[in-house]
Amino acid sequence: MSVRDVRKSYGDLHALDGATFSIEMGECFALLGPNGAGKTTITEILEGYRRRDSGEAQVLGIDPARGDRVWRSQLGIVLQTDRDLGDLTVAEAVRHFAGYYPDPRDPDDVIDSVGLTSKRRSRNEKLSGGQRRRLDVALGLIGRPRVLFLDEPTTGFDPEARREFWTLIDGLKAEGTTILLTTHYLEEAQHLADRVAVISRGRVLACDTPDRLGGRERSSARVSWIEDGVRVETQTMSPTTVVLELAQRLGGDVPGLEVHRETLEDIYLSMLDDDRDEEAGESA
Amino acid sequence: MSVSAASSRLPGTVAIGRRRVSVELKQFFRDRNSAVFNFAFPMVLLVIFGSVFGGQEVAPGISFAQYFVAGMIASGVLYTSFQNLAIAIPLEREDGTLKRLQGTPMPKASYFIGKAATVFVTYGAQVVILVAVGVAFYDIRLPSTALQWFTFLWASVLGLIACTLCGLAFSVVPKTGRGASAVVTPIVLVLQFTSGVFFVFTQLPQWMQVFSSLFPLKWLAQAMRSVFLPDSAAAGEVSGSWELGLCAGMLALWCVIGLVLALVFFRWTKQGTT
Repeated sequence: MSVRDVRKSYGDLHALDGATFSIEMGECFALLGPNGAGKTTITEILEGYRRRDSGEAQVLGIDPARGDRVWRSQLGIVLQTDRDLGDLTVAEAVRHFAGYYPDPRDPDDVIDSVGLTSKRRSRNEKLSGGQRRRLDVALGLIGRPRVLFLDEPTTGFDPEARREFWTLIDGLKAEGTTILLTTHYLEEAQHLADRVAVISRGRVLACDTPDRLGGRERSSARVSWIEDGVRVETQTMSPTTVVLELAQRLGGDVPGLEVHRETLEDIYLSMLDDDRDEEAGESA
Repeated sequence: MSVSAASSRLPGTVAIGRRRVSVELKQFFRDRNSAVFNFAFPMVLLVIFGSVFGGQEVAPGISFAQYFVAGMIASGVLYTSFQNLAIAIPLEREDGTLKRLQGTPMPKASYFIGKAATVFVTYGAQVVILVAVGVAFYDIRLPSTALQWFTFLWASVLGLIACTLCGLAFSVVPKTGRGASAVVTPIVLVLQFTSGVFFVFTQLPQWMQVFSSLFPLKWLAQAMRSVFLPDSAAAGEVSGSWELGLCAGMLALWCVIGLVLALVFFRWTKQGTT
């Protein structure tokens, strides 16, 4: 799956301004970015919903603008805002969509895997927000997709439901499903994604593994501990050495020891800050 | 998995269409609004008009109730196809139904199979209810000749096809799902008033008769009168006959117009992908 120099404008607004990245088969790839950055636009171009103005796009070797039924049968799509199917039950909806695909998963297994077994006979309109999202995910999985699109799948989930969802996605990754995920949650990208792209104003600012994004692995770490009842901290490029020295000096367990590297969130926010400064510079 | 292997195992248009029919019907009958709109409302109208004017005669030996049942069955075609679809599809466009379907390997024709079947089933149910109420309370006489039943069949089928296609086309007009009924219902009402459903057609002003002759409901109602009124009542029509050939021709013409409009205007999403 790849996009190269894709552009898309709505009137004067450049929703995508030359976005480029590629995703390997079996990879889980996360798109991060603020609202309006172009995440949904690029996802919908890859899903075949929208047409690009220029540039190249490919999913499973096919241009999404020309995707046929065979191509569609290999995709699973979880959209952002769905309120449809309210008058059907969970089981009816999942079984119905299973009939669209050549080699669907077992509907009961899918319902079970998203944790809706106890709700299978409930009308969909009665589901809570998080349960409703899980139904959407179930419908995305039912066709046994080779490529799964997840547009902010865990919005509205409580922490426990999010953990369960991550386990589900880990399972799909283990089966070799290629996943394109957009999310607001840095923690989610950190946990699930093999690689992350940060998008702002329709361009890819950076694209790397969560651990290396923005030179994160080379950044300094902050080591802090308690000595004589006071918290002491130091910035260092070699935290392991610092901790070893401390252990020797303080004789054993270091009280209140914390080693803190820049989180993905710190990196992400500083990237967006820099981009905003650049935008201000451009318009000045 | 090779592409050709996958394509040979893809469920066919008709197989998926059959699944669409089953979920469309489930959703239709579970939705209280559509049940009220399609079954209770025409029945209430029949009871009101039947009770107020039912005893009056529009011609010697023909009660207004008999005349009105013919008009309401013609209206039923419009309710179950045009009105239903032009209200339901904007809602589906808004709540994500159509977008979800577009993202699956469902052939688009399967969706239309589901819609058309729902239209035919609900129309059948509505006719049964109207005729049952009419027979039970207002002494409605059922068609007596094979020819009348045959006319009932072709008029229903042609009318349903024409109005289904027009409903698909018109579904792009309402800007929001919630506002759809406010846009669609007045059109149906105006046609009913001007096409000889609520009033006897020949008593309407000339310009109104000309206006409604452009649309299918007038011709449907006329064909249904030939089904439910005795042959002698043909003398009370504008031309002194049922003009069944012209009725069929006008409905067929509206099938063609509806098809063209649906092909040109129907959209799956608001952004306008065809």
